[in-house]
Amino acid sequence: MIKYWLVIMAALGLIAAPAAQAQVSDGVIKIGVLTDMSSLYADLSGQGSVIAARMAVEDFGAAKKGMKVEIISADHQNKADVGSGIARQWLDSDKVDVIVDTPNSAVALAVSQIVKEKGKAFLVSGAASSDLTGKACSPNTIHWTYDTWALANGTGSAIVKTGGDSWFFLTADYAFGHALERDTEAVVLKNGGKVLGKVRHPLNTADFSSFLLQAQSSKAKIIGLANAGGDTTNAIKQAAEFGIVKGGQSLAGLLVFITDVHALGLQTAQGLIFTEAFYWDLNDKTRTFSKRFAELDRDIHPTMIHAGVYAATLHYLKAVEALKSDDGTKVIAKMKETPTDDPLFGKGTIRADGRKLHPMYLFEVKKPSESKAPWDYYKLRATIPAEQAFRPIDQGDCPLVKK
Amino acid sequence: MILGIPPQALFGQLLIGLINGSFYAMLSLGLSVIFGLLNIINFTHGAQYMMGAFVAYFLLQGVGLGYWWALLLAPIAVGILGVIMERVMLRWLYSLDHLYGLLLTFGLGLIIQGLFRNRFGSSGLPYAIPSQLTGGRNLGFMVLPNYRAWVIVFSLAICLATWFVIERTKLGSYLRAATENPALVQAFGVNVPRMITLTYGFGVALAAVAGVLAAPIYQVNPLMGADLIIVVFAVVVIGGMGSIMGSIVTGFGLGLIEGLTKVFYPEASNTVIFVIMALVLLVKPAGLFGRAQ
Amino acid sequence: MATAPDLVEPDLPAAAAGPARHQAVVFALMVAAFVVAPFVVYPVFLMKALCFALFACAFNLLIGYGGLLSFGHAAYLGSAGYISAHAAKVWGWPPELAILAGTLGAAGLGLVIGALAIRRQGIYFAMITLALAQMLYFFCLQAPFTGGEDGIQAVPRGMLFGVIDLRSTLPMYFTVLAIFLAGFLLVYRTIHSPFGQVLKAIRENEPRALSLGYGADHYKLIAFVLSAALSGLAGGTKAIVFQLASLTDVHWSMSGEVVLMTLLGGLGTVFGPVVGAVIVIGLETYLAQLGAWVTVVQGAIFVVCVLAFRRGVVGELARFLKKPL
Repeated sequence: MIKYWLVIMAALGLIAAPAAQAQVSDGVIKIGVLTDMSSLYADLSGQGSVIAARMAVEDFGAAKKGMKVEIISADHQNKADVGSGIARQWLDSDKVDVIVDTPNSAVALAVSQIVKEKGKAFLVSGAASSDLTGKACSPNTIHWTYDTWALANGTGSAIVKTGGDSWFFLTADYAFGHALERDTEAVVLKNGGKVLGKVRHPLNTADFSSFLLQAQSSKAKIIGLANAGGDTTNAIKQAAEFGIVKGGQSLAGLLVFITDVHALGLQTAQGLIFTEAFYWDLNDKTRTFSKRFAELDRDIHPTMIHAGVYAATLHYLKAVEALKSDDGTKVIAKMKETPTDDPLFGKGTIRADGRKLHPMYLFEVKKPSESKAPWDYYKLRATIPAEQAFRPIDQGDCPLVKK
Repeated sequence: MILGIPPQALFGQLLIGLINGSFYAMLSLGLSVIFGLLNIINFTHGAQYMMGAFVAYFLLQGVGLGYWWALLLAPIAVGILGVIMERVMLRWLYSLDHLYGLLLTFGLGLIIQGLFRNRFGSSGLPYAIPSQLTGGRNLGFMVLPNYRAWVIVFSLAICLATWFVIERTKLGSYLRAATENPALVQAFGVNVPRMITLTYGFGVALAAVAGVLAAPIYQVNPLMGADLIIVVFAVVVIGGMGSIMGSIVTGFGLGLIEGLTKVFYPEASNTVIFVIMALVLLVKPAGLFGRAQ
Repeated sequence: MATAPDLVEPDLPAAAAGPARHQAVVFALMVAAFVVAPFVVYPVFLMKALCFALFACAFNLLIGYGGLLSFGHAAYLGSAGYISAHAAKVWGWPPELAILAGTLGAAGLGLVIGALAIRRQGIYFAMITLALAQMLYFFCLQAPFTGGEDGIQAVPRGMLFGVIDLRSTLPMYFTVLAIFLAGFLLVYRTIHSPFGQVLKAIRENEPRALSLGYGADHYKLIAFVLSAALSGLAGGTKAIVFQLASLTDVHWSMSGEVVLMTLLGGLGTVFGPVVGAVIVIGLETYLAQLGAWVTVVQGAIFVVCVLAFRRGVVGELARFLKKPL
């Protein structure tokens, strides 16, 4: 009798065991890099993010560990409806397990919502809005690289403390610009400064002349550029045409990438002060990575967004390996439990609200005479330790954080 | 202070408005000329404006020919493309409802813009201001970049030259006659189809010149003509189709009004031209300078 | 006296005064296909196609039967989307009321724009509708309640009539199908009614219609408002399905797309807009990987249709079968 039951149990066990083990859906970990491939963020993110993701998969050694990893990519064209349509299709019918990057906060917010509904994973490197770990935080989203609060805190307070106490904002009119303006204004006011005026411009504006004139007539000491990519470079170039800097006002680029400095040239960009999370020339490990990256990406050196995609993907794969599952919510929880360690950001941690913590750096752009080689653009002014760089966890209104 | 606004802000925005108006005037002039003779709304105008800027970019990057060469060569190159387009495609539509011409040129515009966007992305390529025109002049209330002053002067010159040719020369009189009664003019021995083709080429060339002018200011961008063209349509409706002086005056005038709006009520600056169009339609449907048909 | 050339080809079999039997057969086939489809094809794609099919049918009412090319029809799709999204998200209305609000809003907008545009004809009419739609676009860009570039996100799908949970795909799909069929039948009824006949008469020879005592402007305006309302119905439904209302739906390129769908499908045919919408949405989805090639292909289809294929897919089929479709 017992033998009979033992046989039954064994048979059931044999059937159940494979089902218990094979938890990586369809046997493939599919990574979707959703980015801007053709518009104003294409250089700081774009194809470079896909390359960074591939490098992470290679360095993780997926093939040797017997894990199958696939990478696909798509262009969200900076439109929330295009981005959310792609995300929905990827998660519904293309079996994508994790979405990575997504510059453009409006798209990122929409995608975060969809990822949460479907229980997958979202690793944001490109978008900036601090709402992603604030009121729009989600158990399926990790915000890597940087956010508007960190930028405001780094750049904003540094400038106010050195005398730039009256500001005029030139803001890109969407989620990112609004968040950056809001966070920077808070820092300026907290440090005793004043905001004399603001003007909003559409995304991807070519001609800033009328906005710059308004900034000029406000007579603010600092014109804060709450925009990024092509918008920032255009505004800086045209400000030079209209003699704004010669007239005594200074421009504060609140979000500047090394690709922007490259596009502007050191002659125009020298003296700009801003906060970034990564620079290719910081230490030997970053230099090795960047050399490999540049060879793959037409000699463009990696921006902090590319670095973030690499680091996030690496940490994700480690978590999947440990869990033996790619269930989105579980992997994100595992990523938060495990401290991070990668060659680009060093050691760090991820908080309950999804915010990744690492030091931020205040850089100044070198003068042409100080630069010894192409892409040798920054000097390090200050390092902001991880605990101080990001918004304190209890100030974000994130529902995941218990008070 | 004038009306509560510092003169600095007022004159500065008016000047910028005049610069925008230059582009409105040149583009609406081209559209008006083409519509007058061919009765076709050239939706491709925006794409042809963009191609003018790109030809300037290619000339600089590829062959090293600068801005002044581009001003001459780009309109010729794009004009020739326009002539080919007219010969190969547009002329089959003259016997059909005019709306098909609009649809065809719309489709062509999509193709051209799509091809360029594919190749060059949509965030704009840099084109430097020619060295002779860099720098600015301090006018007291603002620094006026020399290049922008040149834009106003040059476009005014082109517009007036076009007006002169059409309204005061023999060639222009043939053109105007052919607009009113092509069959009769043909009977007099004037080659009307060839005139139509050349007129289309000329209108397109005007768009291309505007594109070259725009390249240093607005950056060379595959989508630069797309939203602009709709504003120009509104300008043409306000000015009255087929009236050359009407297009010029309305173009500059609306640029100024837009600039004024930016000072007093910036949120409405995008829509003020359309509001004016709605008003003109209610009061004088043929347009301010148009002839009632 | 020569009459102005007609936008719709003269040798297209004309719709009879009442519904024809073969059209009922085609209709039944269409319904059957859409009922079975979600089990075979990705339902979200189908819902998108159905919304746009309704939009195209509404547009076809105006151009195929009224002879009026409105180049700013996105205004009604998009504004209804914003209104429905706002009603559902901020006011907490149930989906059927939210969509109704969008439809009525679009109808009102159609009344205002139509009244202005009808003062001119032909090309001028088209340009005026385009310019006024662009004005609406800029308004939507600036107005705080539309969320500008971000759009209105996280729109709740809600419970239809308080009973049917629209968050699951199949109930949502069949709701959309029902809405589409209602709109389609309304268009069909309008075309085959005395009103529809007068509209066609005005399209073919306005002076004669006027001389017969028909107030042409009146008829044109009514057709315009009806077309705007149904476009609004499509837009409101789309906002609820995709839980997002964005600037894309009020942009002029959306106006161009609906023209493309109707032209490709067949101007002035009953089923043409549906076929055109499915093809165009299919192309967009299939070619989405290729980015900007979608625009190029759309432009190429425009050019080919205008030069050589003016009757459209269904139009050519109708001519071949010698029956109105």
